[in-house]
Amino acid sequence: MTIPQPNSVMPARGPVAMYSLIAAESAIFTIFVVAYLFYIGKSQTGPQPKDVLDAPIFYSLCLLSSSLTIHLAVEALRKGRGRNFNMWWGSTILLGVIFLFGTASEWHRLIYRDGLTISTNLFGTTYYSLVGLHGFHVVAGLLCLITVMAFALMGTVTSRHAPRAYVLSLYWHFVDVVWVVVFTVVYVIGR
Amino acid sequence: MSTETMAWPTARVASRPFVDRLHEWVTTVDHKQLGIMYILYALFFLVIGGIEATIIRIQLIRPNYDFVSPQLFNRLFTMHGTTMIFFVAMPIVFGFANYLVPLMIGARDMAFPRLNAFSFWMTAFGGLLLYFSLVGANGLYGAGNAPDVGWFAYAPLTSLAFSPGHSTDYWTLSILVSGFGSIGTAINILATIVCMRCPGMTLGKMPLLAWLNLVMSSMVLFVVSPLTAAQIMLLIDRFLGGHFFDSQAGGSAVLWMHFFWIFGHPEVYILVIPAFAFMSEIIPVFSRKVIFGYPIMVAATVGIGFLSMAVWAHHMFTIGMTSNANSFFVLSTMAVSIPTGIKIFNWLGTMWGGKIQFKTPMLFSIGFLFQFLIAGLTGIMLGAAPFDWQLAASYFLVAHFHYVIVGAILFALFAAFYYWYPKMSGKMYSETLGKWHFWLFTAGFHLTFDVMHIPGLLGMPRRIYTYEAGRGWEIWNLIVTIGVVFQAVGILVFVFNLVWSYFRGKPSGNDPWDAWTLEWSTSSPPPAYNFATIPTVRSRRPLWDLKHPDDPDWKYE
Repeated sequence: MTIPQPNSVMPARGPVAMYSLIAAESAIFTIFVVAYLFYIGKSQTGPQPKDVLDAPIFYSLCLLSSSLTIHLAVEALRKGRGRNFNMWWGSTILLGVIFLFGTASEWHRLIYRDGLTISTNLFGTTYYSLVGLHGFHVVAGLLCLITVMAFALMGTVTSRHAPRAYVLSLYWHFVDVVWVVVFTVVYVIGR
Repeated sequence: MSTETMAWPTARVASRPFVDRLHEWVTTVDHKQLGIMYILYALFFLVIGGIEATIIRIQLIRPNYDFVSPQLFNRLFTMHGTTMIFFVAMPIVFGFANYLVPLMIGARDMAFPRLNAFSFWMTAFGGLLLYFSLVGANGLYGAGNAPDVGWFAYAPLTSLAFSPGHSTDYWTLSILVSGFGSIGTAINILATIVCMRCPGMTLGKMPLLAWLNLVMSSMVLFVVSPLTAAQIMLLIDRFLGGHFFDSQAGGSAVLWMHFFWIFGHPEVYILVIPAFAFMSEIIPVFSRKVIFGYPIMVAATVGIGFLSMAVWAHHMFTIGMTSNANSFFVLSTMAVSIPTGIKIFNWLGTMWGGKIQFKTPMLFSIGFLFQFLIAGLTGIMLGAAPFDWQLAASYFLVAHFHYVIVGAILFALFAAFYYWYPKMSGKMYSETLGKWHFWLFTAGFHLTFDVMHIPGLLGMPRRIYTYEAGRGWEIWNLIVTIGVVFQAVGILVFVFNLVWSYFRGKPSGNDPWDAWTLEWSTSSPPPAYNFATIPTVRSRRPLWDLKHPDDPDWKYE
């Protein structure tokens, strides 16, 4: 029996899986954000957010602009422009590292100058957990980006790998979007 | 349909050394082998969790009994609940999804075979971690071994002050680790169903099992993740001195309840939706009719998926929420009964006028229908806040959720075991033993869990170590424990049937049930690559089309 072959094109599995992971991660972040919002103003001892927190505008801009650079990097890879890819991908890593440095110096200041640790009060517990969870995701993303960079410097990344770089860029965009939420919750609403 | 099954040589190949075969299984990334490993792993823990339940019931057989110590009793019900949900029900559901989904959608494997193996070993590691607490938790503190905080581990029981030592740490870590495994598998199932379907299999032509597992996997993403987040918070509290659930520092014990039940209630649906999936495949085949109301079935499942995420606080009526919150959660809970009722009517509509064959899978399916209905009815009773205030945390509640998990989910799983056993093993199980299993287990189930409602109505609280005579609970507890004997014998018959049939059973052939979905077009058991050529389908019942070229389904769909 012959049956006419219907045409059907299935979506690529990489982006589908990454969107699923992003959905799961969003749920994790939602719970931490809810806990942060729920505990605003409930700390029984100091320091309070308004006394010690300054919005890290510069570092946030660095992280957000890294979304643009990784997009340009993937576009360059698609068109087979290896050198442009290396440049944009490298600047993404650099911007991510600058952001992490910002978090590190903020934490250093909070711990050593203001005496706020994760066990000091509810603010400390929720602040370090939420910002730390995001920072952990930045670190994970950076490790992946650096792995790709190493292969790129060895010259093994070609336009064939553009779909995979695209999947990774989805994750990086997600990390950036989460920062917008965390920034709003911690430095705008919570202060 | 372009898959003609090939004739396989019957000559026996000399069996390979044991180490070789073990190495193959440990390093495998094949979805069928991983599926079977999930299922065997879950069966192993089913026996352990069953033994724990049996000891609990022996302790409660008569008043003022001291078969075990109160401390051990607390550990037993904690381990029983945690084991049964996280290391029996979840892996068994994932095991069947792993095995069946690629075969049913005409794919050669899951979308990410290595992620699949990783997820399985994470889940396996989680189970080992939970039971390693028996050895490891004692540690330096000399303070209890296995976790004893209950399966939902309410704060402040889990705080360092009330849970010294490491038993609670093992509990939270094992759930965290197996949660990562669950999320990995869910992503994999989702990507497989969305991206790996064979040509012609549009979403509307997928077998219902694939559809329902798609919904289940999406729910896992949104539901297991909050539990993971809550476990991270608990770890921060216990190891880093955080205050998330520490009421002395302004933290909230109720927040933990919310976070737990945001997971906990949809979890029931994560388990029961695959049970619905088995029913939706098995009932049509043994009624010799196409499923009634396919699109409504899909819509009802998606509806249940959404609704189930908005009902969690009906587990918390007794903590004193506002009346607005109570009303909302009563109404949303009642609303779930609508899509669920639609499903029951669809299965009945499928059976109506069919030529019903009372094989073992069908017997368990019919048992499922009755018992799921009753479980749903007591669910509506407990979903009404005033009733719940009276009977929450009583044995009525325990009877209700065991009716769901044993009477519905486990019965559906047994049906699935018997239905797909010939496909997985290549051997036919013994129908006589299967019927013995069904009748023994059904009798035991009703003795135990029908009767268990009564001491609950008479005021017997759950989780008590023992009780005094003269409250009118004695006879009921005795009958409940007697029911366990029948269930245990039924399980023994079941396991014996599986093992005996594997070695001595008759070859089953490729399609023993004259069924209609793609997995029955492969050999039994299917070859590693599943399909020599990827099939093309035109209807929801591709094998029907193949067997009846004169009257194919695609003319009518």
